[in-house]
Amino acid sequence: MADPMKIRAAMTDDVVEVKVLMSHPMETGQRKGADGNAVPAHFIQQVTATCNGKTVMSAQWGASVSKNPFLSFKFKGAAKGDKVIVTWVDSKADTRTDEGVIA
Amino acid sequence: MNMNRRQLLKSGGNASLLAVLMGAGLLKPGFAFAAEWNKPAFGATDLAGAIKGMGGNEPAPSTEISFTAPDIAENGAVVPVSITSKIANTQSISVFVEKNPNPLTAVFDIAEGTEPSVTTRVKMGQTSNVYALVKADGKFYSAVKEVKVTLGGCGG
Repeated sequence: MADPMKIRAAMTDDVVEVKVLMSHPMETGQRKGADGNAVPAHFIQQVTATCNGKTVMSAQWGASVSKNPFLSFKFKGAAKGDKVIVTWVDSKADTRTDEGVIA
Repeated sequence: MNMNRRQLLKSGGNASLLAVLMGAGLLKPGFAFAAEWNKPAFGATDLAGAIKGMGGNEPAPSTEISFTAPDIAENGAVVPVSITSKIANTQSISVFVEKNPNPLTAVFDIAEGTEPSVTTRVKMGQTSNVYALVKADGKFYSAVKEVKVTLGGCGG
């Protein structure tokens, strides 16, 4: 299990801006390690964010998203105190879910 | 998944192991998740192939897409890109880095009630055009920006 995500959700007027910082190596499979062998690919493939049971963002990623990925998006239709739940699944089928409260 | 499998194949002698793993369903692609990971599009090695994998053809250039990326990225490993679409009924926003080994970087599906605006950070192997592709009402629109990279983000 990977380290927790950092999730910030802030409300301005009726728009919620969510910022997510994930902790993940995002190996492309192209990089060579100290032993000269390529480091196997290991990267987040799918990210989903839900709020009040509704999917507000879903994304598919390739290996060329940066290490420890940052993601920011905006949505409407939530209230302060609601929870934003973010889940990712990587290429090794590892998964992690974290939540943030809208402030 | 893609790369793993290739490496397994390359290392030779492991072919039988691969078959066993596949038989056991351990390497079955895709998960019980919202949408299947678009392997043909992410695995494509050129821009046209990647766009085709997304189901698009020739995207129309559009000024309705505001696309922010640095002119010069000192570190290709972390290039911030920010895309906002003003096109009505935007369904998805994707990012392509033309000269990366696999150009397709990310696809964001925009749900109803979600603003068509995303920010993320991408890796770039070398100076390249970066494309933002917006799908709206089943049509594809694009915006492009060249980002100069002084230090590559892939390989090491």
